[in-house]
Amino acid sequence: MLQKLGLFIFLAAFMLFVGTLGMNNYTLTNEILEKNFKEDALLDAKIELASMVDQNYSNSYTFTAELSEGINQLNKVYNAQQAWDKKIYEDTILTIVKSSANGYLVDNKGIMFLLTFGLAIFGALLFIIPEAQKPAGIKNNGIYFNPAMTRKWLGIGIGTFLILFYIALYFKPQYIANWTMLVDPVSKLINGGEASRWFMYGFLYTISVLVMGIRYIIKYRHSKYQIFRTLSIMFFQTCIAFILPEIMSNLNLPSADLKNMWPLDYSFFFNYRIDKLLASGAFGIFLLVWGIVLFVVGVPVMVYFFGKRWYCSWVCGCGGLAETLGDPFRQLSNKSLKAWKIERYLIYGVLAFAIIMTIGVLYTYFTGSYNLLGFIPTESLKSSYGFLIGSIFSGVVGTGFYPLMGNRVWCRFGCPLAAYLGIIQRFKSKFRITTNGGQCISCGNCSTHCEMGIDVRAYAQKGQDIVRSSCVGCGVCSAVCPRGVLNLENAETGTRVMIAPDVLLGNLMEK
Amino acid sequence: MEHVVIIGNGISGITAARHIRKQSDCKITVISGETDHFFSRTALMYVYMGHMKFEHTKPYEDWFWEKNRIELKRAWVKTVDFEEKKLYFRLPNDTDDKEAKVGGSISYDKLILALGSTPNKFGWKGQNLKGVQGLYSYQDLESLEEITPQIKKAVIVGGGLIGVELAEMLHSKEIDVTFLVRESSFWNAVMPPEESVFISRHIKENHINLKFSSELDEIIGDENGQVKAIRTKSGEEIECQFVGLTVGVSPNIGLLKVPQGNMIGREKPAFVLGVGGIKLNRGILVNEYLETNIPDVYAVGDCVEHENPQVGRKNIEQIWYTGRIMGETVARTICGKPTKYQPGIFFNSAKFFDIEYQTYGQVPAELPVDTKTFYWEHSSGRICVRINYQADSAERRPKAVTGVNTFGIRMRHEVWDEWISSGKSIEYVLENLPKANFDPEFFKQYEKEILEKYNAETGSSLTLKSKKGLFSKIF
Ligand SMILES: Cc1cc2nc3c(=O)[nH]c(=O)nc-3n(C[C@H](O)[C@H](O)[C@H](O)COP(=O)(O)OP(=O)(O)OC[C@H]3O[C@@H](n4cnc5c(N)ncnc54)[C@H](O)[C@@H]3O)c2cc1C
Ligand code: SF4
Ligand code: SF4
Repeated sequence: MLQKLGLFIFLAAFMLFVGTLGMNNYTLTNEILEKNFKEDALLDAKIELASMVDQNYSNSYTFTAELSEGINQLNKVYNAQQAWDKKIYEDTILTIVKSSANGYLVDNKGIMFLLTFGLAIFGALLFIIPEAQKPAGIKNNGIYFNPAMTRKWLGIGIGTFLILFYIALYFKPQYIANWTMLVDPVSKLINGGEASRWFMYGFLYTISVLVMGIRYIIKYRHSKYQIFRTLSIMFFQTCIAFILPEIMSNLNLPSADLKNMWPLDYSFFFNYRIDKLLASGAFGIFLLVWGIVLFVVGVPVMVYFFGKRWYCSWVCGCGGLAETLGDPFRQLSNKSLKAWKIERYLIYGVLAFAIIMTIGVLYTYFTGSYNLLGFIPTESLKSSYGFLIGSIFSGVVGTGFYPLMGNRVWCRFGCPLAAYLGIIQRFKSKFRITTNGGQCISCGNCSTHCEMGIDVRAYAQKGQDIVRSSCVGCGVCSAVCPRGVLNLENAETGTRVMIAPDVLLGNLMEK
Repeated sequence: MEHVVIIGNGISGITAARHIRKQSDCKITVISGETDHFFSRTALMYVYMGHMKFEHTKPYEDWFWEKNRIELKRAWVKTVDFEEKKLYFRLPNDTDDKEAKVGGSISYDKLILALGSTPNKFGWKGQNLKGVQGLYSYQDLESLEEITPQIKKAVIVGGGLIGVELAEMLHSKEIDVTFLVRESSFWNAVMPPEESVFISRHIKENHINLKFSSELDEIIGDENGQVKAIRTKSGEEIECQFVGLTVGVSPNIGLLKVPQGNMIGREKPAFVLGVGGIKLNRGILVNEYLETNIPDVYAVGDCVEHENPQVGRKNIEQIWYTGRIMGETVARTICGKPTKYQPGIFFNSAKFFDIEYQTYGQVPAELPVDTKTFYWEHSSGRICVRINYQADSAERRPKAVTGVNTFGIRMRHEVWDEWISSGKSIEYVLENLPKANFDPEFFKQYEKEILEKYNAETGSSLTLKSKKGLFSKIF
């Protein structure tokens, strides 16, 4: 009952949230143009957008589309003139849309924030928390009857929404300008300014991790491993990824997500970032050194002792979202041998791409030449990586495909850092998942619920330890196993059972 | 090329096929009427509850069989002619074997019978009504899924492991479940009293209506032949739209009892005891090599009855891993390396709703003479451990541990296997109990509490001597 009410409230708030996109009226004024265009482009803009100025638009879509079209025209001209520095980017359009807006939403951001985000959180919690009344233990009942979790209409719907959201976020943020407005009050509170699209995204992300993290903890509350792990994820997302960078920039320091690292943070070695760090004194140097030490020393050492899980399912933001928001979709990962093959080509391909791209970028940084080895254009390497991997793969596909291909699409097929962590985990780590003698009944719960698409059962039923570069150590296989067969453990590297024993424990026939 | 034919694509038949393929190049055919591919019977409940789909119960992908040259044939075997070394198939529409005709045949050089079990039915009135069934086969799952929407109340007869699973399954669909148990406490023919009470409590906690000391008398149907109620021996009538019969399983040997008559033109059932027939008792009788009395015919898995079971083992053991071990063993024998069936120290596991259970060694319901027992239960009532050990006075290995039951704590098979087979003393075991702990990281450990209880009961002053961790630190 309470849960139904919660669901209803959540859906209502969600619908309102979507509805806010069309809520405002828009009037473009000359002042707005003056504020947002550089002097040399202002006149062009005034001419190009003359028909829009001082007109009242009641439809946000028409306004945004017309504005975007106008600016597109300008950009075309600049492109033809090769006047790159005059070009106008999405963020400017977004700001113009925001400043042109007026109406109820603009005047009542606080109320609207509460009615959308506030109510959605409230409704979701109301839906989630009563689950705690059921006895603790694995409760996967009905997953495969749920249209959201089985690629049925609801799953496809959620996937479509997420994909559109990411496309808008990365490429057409002006169309979701009103969503950034909704979180302006929060932004003001934290950093005194209006919300950028990235602030809005970060806020939404953090809220998702927190609310769905609570769901996860309740669902797996019989397992301390799961509770601690999820609290850790929630902490790193909220404090280290979301709040700390805001505090840093409040203090006029270069802001950084201290737990993010190259090659996941693929722009770490981009010239503008290095320059910025070098220009900000000791703290900047610290950040630079920290970022390098993290992946050069931190990764191998930590993976050696604990496996890649220390990062992928305890710290990482992408992993954090996957484990919380994505948990309902974990069973959708493909377990076939074929998928494993594709996985290896893709993920090591991306790692190679990231390395080459970064070498190119550094080469350009140090030599000033834009052609690595004389023929590889570093700038297009950089921009194609950013577009293909940074935006499309990690965002649009990585999260948008949760309800279609499982919650770790990015981590499994695309993340170059996961590839790097995985190589170490596979070849030099104390971590393994131990199988308990002959107790496995081949039921398949472990494989079904492994988000990385590992066929855990294939190992367990042979008495072989699970040592796979892709295993993120989420521990769910161990949690769902009804016979207590699987355990995530660290011990001397040599004790990992890498080859299945000829005869399983329990059979006394000679080996 | 030699042709090995296996009837039954369950764990025992398939394990045999896989291991024969590893060791030999002969032709292998696996026949089953139930499903096209091997699946895990133990996971039927999870399919019903929506934890997974049927395809997830298949331990090998569908391409596996062709790649390993294991031919699969989907058909029911109607009868076997052991003299001609031939199998005869049932016609597709012949469901009750009344039809005299057969639908084709296949010859073998070696035959492995891996026929599994069938659920028991004890001739109750109304046991064939609609809505009355057991839970064993894929077809059982299908028919249960089909009638589920009509079930508001269900009665389960027989308190074993499959009964509990069925109760949990129905409960997951918000069906009212009444559980009729003949004994005075749950599973007390197998479990010592404390554990029996412990499980009973947990089952009740899950809102299952447990009725002890009640026996089914009759199942009552309505005018459409659909079950509408049951009556117990004490005369109580319970309304229900479904009756689950889970009163154990028996070796599935019906096939071997079919009179061959005009089917294959020989007036002789396949099972004639004595010359030419296969020896049956409750199951197919086999020796240590899993050979039946007929040359080149072997039997493995649930359908087997061991003529000379090992000490500590029953003659019929219908367990997943014993089927697997028999499959591994018979494969060697067939590939020219005669090998005895030698299961080691007994072990098993199950799950009662949310509580996992494991056992190693022998923990019978009634304490054997010369054996002592130590039982610890956590105050939550959801975790307990029992360890049986030899009395001081025992002739052989005084104080040696003989078995353990553990609920709510996972234990390491390897460690217990070693402790029991090498006869470690109860003191040693309790002092080193953390070594056996197989719970995930960060789980609360109870070894200290367990040890303190033992100290208090026996006036000893043992202390913990080791830590939880991998076996590398153990031996
Ligand atoms: C619901 C359920 C839960 C269980 N849970 C557990 C558990 O948790 N742990 C555990 O240890 N054990 C468990 N078991 C028992 C375990 O599943 C069995 O011991 C095991 O499956 C037996 O394997 P098998 O290969 O001997 O026979 P089966 O798996 O029964 O395979 C025999 C196959 O042969 C086929 N067959 C039989 N006759 C013919 C014929 N004439 N023609 C063609 N094909 C034929 C059958 O259709 C069947 O497919 C469970 C059983 C059930 C039903
Ligand atoms: S193998 Fe287990 S721990 Fe590793 S990713 Fe899969 S479910 Fe998680
Ligand atoms: S969940 Fe456990 S019992 Fe089932 S297949 Fe996996 S390891 Fe084996």
